[in-house]
Amino acid sequence: MSNNIILQAKDLHLYYGQTEALKGIDFEIQEKKITALIGPSGCGKSTFLKTLNRMNDLIPSVSITGEVLFQGKNILEKDVDVTQLRRQIGMVFQKPNPFPMSIYDNIAYGPRLHGNHSRSELDELVERSLRGAALWDEVKDRLKKSAMGLSGGQQQRLCIARALAVQPDVLLMDEPTSALDPGSTLRIEDLMADLKKDYTVVIVTHNMQQAARISDQTAFFLTGNLVEYGNTGDLFANPKDKKTEDYITGRFG
Amino acid sequence: MNHAAKRRLKGQLCQGAVYFCAFLTVAVLVSILGYIFVRGLPEISWELVSTKPSILRDTIGILPNILNTLYMILLTLLVALPLGVGAAVYLTEYATSRKLIRVVEFATETLAGIPSIIYGLVGMLVFVQILGFNVSLLSGSLTLVIMILPTIIRTTQESLKTVPVGYREGAMGLGATKWYMIRTIILPSSLSGIITGCILAIGRIVGESAALLFTAGSATVIASNMFEAYTRGGGSLSVALYIYASERGEFEVAFAIAAILLILVFIINMATRLVQKKLNGKEQGK
Repeated sequence: MSNNIILQAKDLHLYYGQTEALKGIDFEIQEKKITALIGPSGCGKSTFLKTLNRMNDLIPSVSITGEVLFQGKNILEKDVDVTQLRRQIGMVFQKPNPFPMSIYDNIAYGPRLHGNHSRSELDELVERSLRGAALWDEVKDRLKKSAMGLSGGQQQRLCIARALAVQPDVLLMDEPTSALDPGSTLRIEDLMADLKKDYTVVIVTHNMQQAARISDQTAFFLTGNLVEYGNTGDLFANPKDKKTEDYITGRFG
Repeated sequence: MNHAAKRRLKGQLCQGAVYFCAFLTVAVLVSILGYIFVRGLPEISWELVSTKPSILRDTIGILPNILNTLYMILLTLLVALPLGVGAAVYLTEYATSRKLIRVVEFATETLAGIPSIIYGLVGMLVFVQILGFNVSLLSGSLTLVIMILPTIIRTTQESLKTVPVGYREGAMGLGATKWYMIRTIILPSSLSGIITGCILAIGRIVGESAALLFTAGSATVIASNMFEAYTRGGGSLSVALYIYASERGEFEVAFAIAAILLILVFIINMATRLVQKKLNGKEQGK
């Protein structure tokens, strides 16, 4: 098994106005693995995730120092093409957010945005993406129906399919199952295990069992610091840091 | 009487009072509508709505007024809609200075509250005299544009603000540029709000008389084509109503016009509701 580094943060500091939310993060994310970011609310794990595809740009008061290297290039540079970056590093959000259009158009949104595709190419891409997100069988007969009519779990898989449709390298997931019922959560966890064959997945989760179940690597964040990082098995079985131990044994958080 | 009974009585009294308020509102509306239709509908004849007035034959026709009204609705919306929606998009999506947004919002709110005769005065000075458009449907429409712009900006803004953050994040997360996101997600999902703004605006256009007396006049000529129509003066239905009722004492005609105006507003409301319903249905996946 190769352990290629696909994303690397170097001395990353992030400020919301005067408040320092990330206090010097050094972190490597391995290719085609699932990396889980855990930690209590406000620890900076979501903020860190959003830095990886520059979603923090949307918040005016944010300022960032340090580097995030993606395929050897610092993506925090001003001249980086954010559109291209977000095509390569896709994102799935906490609350399912399908667009108010048909299932087909939801999936085709990204491909249409990034270039011209013939009808047949789009058809194929839509099918492949929906199959990739384990949703095809459920929706193949109603692709032209609105995505708003799907259940919450289906909507979230649709959002995953939508992110897959632009053929990204990395998939960022910000608590993707926290708004879903246990059944849907399980389906998405199964899906993630499949996804890592082709994609690098970085997932923020509040749920430590989930991190333990699905991830290869786990990182524990606390008050803007990366406290500990390692193989998921090791981190949960033998945490090196006292704070990590306290958190994963449920003593706080 | 014990406490509970007292409270029950108080509740019943209050309930009665609000029922009465609601009933009174409906009663006022129904009696106005009824009175106008009873007096106006019998006066509507094919001759009235299909001819222009003739002094020689001493007949009255309001076709020119109907046409003028429709022409002015068309041009006013054609100018005000892009302007208003554009301004609203800028304010909610692009503007970053809180101060600027507040100033513009304050300005639009103030504009919305100004009596229409003042718009008429300004329109007369600016469009009719300084810009030299004369008393014409063009001057009238441009005056109406200024008058309804605040309505369109505010209603569009309100509906833009209700577009869920999730849609924005989703589009941006896929790499959409801001304009692409606005065009494909934000504007389509706020369409029903924009349409509501149009209904309100059309209501104001149709009902306006003061601002148009100075700027579009009260002529009753039928232009040979639309372009010519805009360069000429012409009275809208409301202006005609005012003139027939107050200057010529033709109350039958005035009531007929009133009935036609009500029917017109009713049809426009229904049509836009229908469009709105269709759009919403599409969104909900029905």
